[in-house]
Amino acid sequence: MRFMMMKGYESAAPDTVPSAEAVAKMTEYNKALQRAGVLLALDGLFPPSTGARISYTDGKATVTDGPFAEAKEVIGAYWIIQVRSREEAIEWAKRAPMSDNEVIEVRQIHEMPDFPEDVQKAPEGFERRNAAVK
Amino acid sequence: MRDVHKTIEAVWKIESTRLIAAIARVTRDIGVAEELAQDALVTALELWPEEGVPENPGAWLMKAAKRRAIDSLRRGHMLAQKHEEIARELEWQQHRLADALERSMDQVIDDDILRLIFTACHPILPVEARIALTLRLIGGLTTAEIARAFFVPEKTMGQRIFRAKKTLSEAHVPFETPCGDELHRRMESVLLVVYLIFNEGYTATSGEEWTRTAICDDALRLGRMLAQLLPGESEVHALLALMELQASRAAARRGRNGEAVLLSDQDRSLWDLAQIQRGVTALEHARRLGGGAKHYALQAAIAACHMRARTAEETEWERIVLLYDALMQISQSPLVALNRAVAVGEAQGPAAGLDALDAAARLAGDSVLAGYHLFPSVRGDLLMKLGRFTEASEEIQRAITMTKNLREQELLTERLKKIEKAALSA
Repeated sequence: MRFMMMKGYESAAPDTVPSAEAVAKMTEYNKALQRAGVLLALDGLFPPSTGARISYTDGKATVTDGPFAEAKEVIGAYWIIQVRSREEAIEWAKRAPMSDNEVIEVRQIHEMPDFPEDVQKAPEGFERRNAAVK
Repeated sequence: MRDVHKTIEAVWKIESTRLIAAIARVTRDIGVAEELAQDALVTALELWPEEGVPENPGAWLMKAAKRRAIDSLRRGHMLAQKHEEIARELEWQQHRLADALERSMDQVIDDDILRLIFTACHPILPVEARIALTLRLIGGLTTAEIARAFFVPEKTMGQRIFRAKKTLSEAHVPFETPCGDELHRRMESVLLVVYLIFNEGYTATSGEEWTRTAICDDALRLGRMLAQLLPGESEVHALLALMELQASRAAARRGRNGEAVLLSDQDRSLWDLAQIQRGVTALEHARRLGGGAKHYALQAAIAACHMRARTAEETEWERIVLLYDALMQISQSPLVALNRAVAVGEAQGPAAGLDALDAAARLAGDSVLAGYHLFPSVRGDLLMKLGRFTEASEEIQRAITMTKNLREQELLTERLKKIEKAALSA
């Protein structure tokens, strides 16, 4: 089963750059995930100040540029890991080198067979294939 | 809502490989190392539900294993024969062992894990024992989990693992990574073991399920580990590519009611794009390392050929035949020849396919493969395409009696009906 580990933090100045030490620790952690064969993907995100939020009312989209004052926690990075259980995902998250105002949320990724039959039928004809396969 | 036993299982899955590798570096015997690690696990199972999971469970387990190692040394059970030079003074030994274990855990290096893998996959062991040991020592699976995966009673699996460890110990198999030519010979065994584990999940040989994802995932995990440990070996990346590409079709291989769906009938929108991409990347990596024409790379290239086709009709069968020809140059395997016959049938028509299949059957001779259900199953298909319906249905009926997999039986029965229908309207 696959899980997404979302790394969030409470607040940070827009241009905060992590220390070399913090980066080294995180690299070590990422390598451990890789060596264990569980890491499928990982990415870090630009801060919310550079992002935009699109909300919808009556089918109409409204765009708000970041930063977002009301946001309590924001996602800064994510990992996708393949593990045997929810507990294992939690154990990996516990090993991440995080600082005090950071959190990791662990969520299982839906696989198609997890959905009921009618939902599985709905995306029929939806082309998941794209230029990825050259 | 969190069950401490499940947490311990998860900790074990994460820590056990390093733990066993670290102890084995000192004891030079993976059987002893595994027992000590197991003892530590048992202690954890007793204490953690009461005291909670410790801050650093890996270090905790190592400490517990160390305590057990010293205890058993005190009783003189361990190391006595293996390391006569240190069997002089008990006190000194204990210190030395404790220090060595301490240092070892602090610096488990990839080499230790590699040694563990090479030892578990040692050709001295029967293949099924290699598979069991690999899943146990490197995959972090419990004996019960392995037994379930292979539909074997837990007791049988336990004995298989016990015997394997005994064999390694009695043969004084050194705890080391082979080098030179030996490395490549031994690597073949490692790759074979991983691929067999994958196939056990991908084409369940018996039972009701068509694929068992968990065991496929375990093989993929082992494959990714190997790619990290042996980054310069093209075939390691090629095997990973092959497994990723095959596994990417998992969701499409099963119909709404769990029935098997063949490649040509699959809803290709269900193929996992991210996984295909990982497979393609791994294959490119193998090619860059100069291994494009090797065994697993060719198989992965064939899989990639299928993945590139947007519909079954767009499959480049001619190209696939060429890849199979190259594969036949490497190994005159009846299985490869069988698959080649399918490709020839598609590329050049059923009559040419039948000729190729005859050649494959000749290769199989009276080996166990002669009893492989895909031989009559493919023959039945080709005969049907040639309009020879009576012979076709005989072949399919023969195939049905030759497989134990219920899903596969259903699939064949379905095909039998089609042939009968076609025969009626002919």
